[in-house]
Amino acid sequence: MSILITPETKILIQGITGDFGGRHAKLSIDYGTQVVAGVTPGKGGQFFEHAGKKVPIFNSVKEAAVATGATVSAIFVPPPFAADAILECVEAELDLAVAITEGIPIKDMVRVKRVITGKKTRLIGPNCPGLVTPGTGEGSSGGCRIGIAPGYIHKKGHVGVVSRSGTLTYEAVYQLTTKGIGQSTSVGIGGDPVNGTSHLDVIKLFNEDPDTHGIILIGEIGGNAEVEAARWIKDNCKKPVAGFIAGATAPAGRRMGHAGAIVGGAEDTAAAKIAVFKECGIEVAATPSDMADALIRAAKAKGVTLS
Amino acid sequence: MNIHEYQAKALFEKFGIAVPKGVPAKSAAEFDSALAQLPEGPTMVKSQIHAGGRGKGTFTDGFKGGVKFCKTKAEAKEIAGKMLNNTLVTLQTGPAGRKVQTVYFTVASDIKKEYYLAVLLDRATSRPVIVASTEGGVEIEKVAHETPEKITKIIIDPGYGVADFQVRQLISALGLTGAEAKNAAKLVQNLYRFFWETDASMVEINPLITTPAGEVLALDAKVSFDSNALYRHPEIVALRDLNEEDPKEIEASKYNLSYIALDGSIACLVNGAGLAMSTMDIIKHFGGNPANFLDVGGGASKDQVVAAFKIILGDPNVKGIFVNIFGGIMDCNVIAQGIVEAVKEVGLKLPLVVRLEGNNVAAGKKTLADSGLTIVSGDTMADAAQKIVKLVA
Repeated sequence: MSILITPETKILIQGITGDFGGRHAKLSIDYGTQVVAGVTPGKGGQFFEHAGKKVPIFNSVKEAAVATGATVSAIFVPPPFAADAILECVEAELDLAVAITEGIPIKDMVRVKRVITGKKTRLIGPNCPGLVTPGTGEGSSGGCRIGIAPGYIHKKGHVGVVSRSGTLTYEAVYQLTTKGIGQSTSVGIGGDPVNGTSHLDVIKLFNEDPDTHGIILIGEIGGNAEVEAARWIKDNCKKPVAGFIAGATAPAGRRMGHAGAIVGGAEDTAAAKIAVFKECGIEVAATPSDMADALIRAAKAKGVTLS
Repeated sequence: MNIHEYQAKALFEKFGIAVPKGVPAKSAAEFDSALAQLPEGPTMVKSQIHAGGRGKGTFTDGFKGGVKFCKTKAEAKEIAGKMLNNTLVTLQTGPAGRKVQTVYFTVASDIKKEYYLAVLLDRATSRPVIVASTEGGVEIEKVAHETPEKITKIIIDPGYGVADFQVRQLISALGLTGAEAKNAAKLVQNLYRFFWETDASMVEINPLITTPAGEVLALDAKVSFDSNALYRHPEIVALRDLNEEDPKEIEASKYNLSYIALDGSIACLVNGAGLAMSTMDIIKHFGGNPANFLDVGGGASKDQVVAAFKIILGDPNVKGIFVNIFGGIMDCNVIAQGIVEAVKEVGLKLPLVVRLEGNNVAAGKKTLADSGLTIVSGDTMADAAQKIVKLVA
C-alpha cells in the first residue's frame, strides 16, 4: 500500500496546456500515472496528446471529474489564478488537490485555508514538488507521480518520506534507493508558510499505513510544524523515524528561497528543532548525506526491517 | 519587500493611522523647506535605512545615534547634516553599515507611555494575528522570552476581519481607557485594514505611544510586504529603494536566481532552496564557511549558470566554489555543459568542486572530465563538501 495515492488513482491536471503543466503531464504519463483529464478554461473539447494517449481537456474541474472519475488534481496554473484553481477542486469534492505553483500571495492562501477547513478535499502544497507512490516497473514506473518529482529515482518499498523541499526529498529518496531501500510514498508538502497539509498530517498517515515501516522527516528553519510533528511522534509513533533540518547556517530574518524558510525567533532555528527531534527519539541526520543512514540506524535500534 | 519608516508612515496616514507630523529630506538643500513644514520646537531627526537598532547605532565617523532628539529646528538641521550621506552601523546592518540617503524630521511628541503593536501571520493557525504589549520601545523577542504574560495575541478570522469585541479585549489588556481607548481602537482597526489590503507580511509599531492629550500615535513604523503579491500593488513597488539592497542580489533576481550574500569563503551554486540551505550547512559541518545562498531553481539553464558564476565571483571573499546539483528532471549533461561554458567564459581560477547526481549523470561527469578544466568531482554531498573545504583551507 501507500498513502494518499496508488497506481490506480485517476488524476486530472489543471494547466495541462501550459508549458510547465504539459511537460510534467508527459512525464507522469510516461511513468504510468493514470492521467485521465486536463482542465483549461476555454479549451474544453480539445485533447492533450502524448505517447499515443489522448487526454480530454475540460473547461472546469467538476466537468472533468464527473466525466472521467478523476479524484485528484495536480495544479500548475500561474500564481494569480492558483488560489481559485484550488477552490475549484474543493467545490468539485475531489479527494486531493496538489498545488505545484510557486509564488502564490500569502493572503490568497490564508483565505483558501479558511475555506477548505472541514471540507472533503485535502490540499498538498502550494510551492511543492508533489508526491510519488512508486510502481513495480523499471525505474519504479507503473506508479503514480503527481507533480514535478523525478519518478525514476524511486523504488517501491516501505519507507515514507515527507519534506518541504523538492530537491532535498529527491536527495533522501535517491539515498534510500541506491541502498536498496524502497519507498511507500514520498510527499513534498511545500515551502510556503501557509500550506494545506502539514508534516504532522503526513506523519499520521504514514503511521497508520501498515506498508510503511519507517519514516524520514525533512524540515527546515521557520515555523513550528516540525516541532509539532516531533512531539506527536514521541507520544504516538512506534515506527523508526529519521529527521533532518536544513538551514543551520541561515542568517536570522532572511528568507532563504522558500517563503517559509525564515528564522523569526529562538524557537524556529535549526538548532532548536534538532534539539526537539533528539528529545522526541528521532534519529537526526548529521548532514543531508546521512538521511538514509540515519533511518537505517533508527530501524536497527527498533529491530525493524525497512526493505 | 521592505520600505522606509517615512514611506510607511505616509501609507499609515492614508489608512487613518495617526503618526507624529514628519517630512523627509534627501539632500541638505531640502532641510530648510522640510523643517518649514513643522512647528518650531522639539524635533526628532531619524536616519532612514532598512535596519533596526538605529537609535543605538554609530556612524563610521564616530558620530553616535541614528535617531536624535533636538530641542529646536536649528539644532535638527545641524544634526541632519551629520547623518545624511554618512554610514550608520547598527546591530542589524553588519559591520559595513548602511549609507543614510534620507533623513526624516518629525515633531518630537510628548510621551505618556510606550506600547508595542504589530500585525503578522500566525503560522500555527494560518491566520493574521495582532500582537500587543504594554512593554513598548524594547525588543519584543526579549519581552516574549522574559515576561510572556505582558504580550496579548488576537487571532483574526480572515473571513470576518477584526471583531469589535477583539479590539476591546486588546485595549483592555493594554489598560487603556477613555479617549486613549477610543483612539487606540480606531488605530488597531485601521492597522489591520492596512495589513490586509496592502498584502503586508508584517506591520510593526514599536513604540506605539499615548500622549498627555490622549492621542495614540505610531512613533515608529516597520513594514514589509509579501513579494509574491507585489504584482497587484504597483504603488508599493514604486517605494522600493534599490540602494538598500545588495547589488548582487538585485542582479541575481534578474536571472530568477535566489541569492543571499553571507560572509564565508566557499561559494555555493545549488538547485532547490532546501538543498541550497543544506549545502551551506554541510560546508559548515566540515569546517568551512559558506559565502552565499544561491538557488538556481528547478530548471537551471546555461545562461543562469553563467550569471550565477559571475555573481559568485563578484564577491572578493570567495576562495572556492561548490556546485551541488540534483538533476531530477534536468539532464545532468546539459548542466555540465553549462558549467564548462561558464567556467571558460568567466576564466575561473579558483578551485571548483562539482557534485552532480540524477538524470544522465554519467554523461555529465564525462563532460566535466573531458573539458580539460580542473574541476574536482564529488560523489556525494559529504564527499564534495569535504573536498572544497580542504581546497580552500
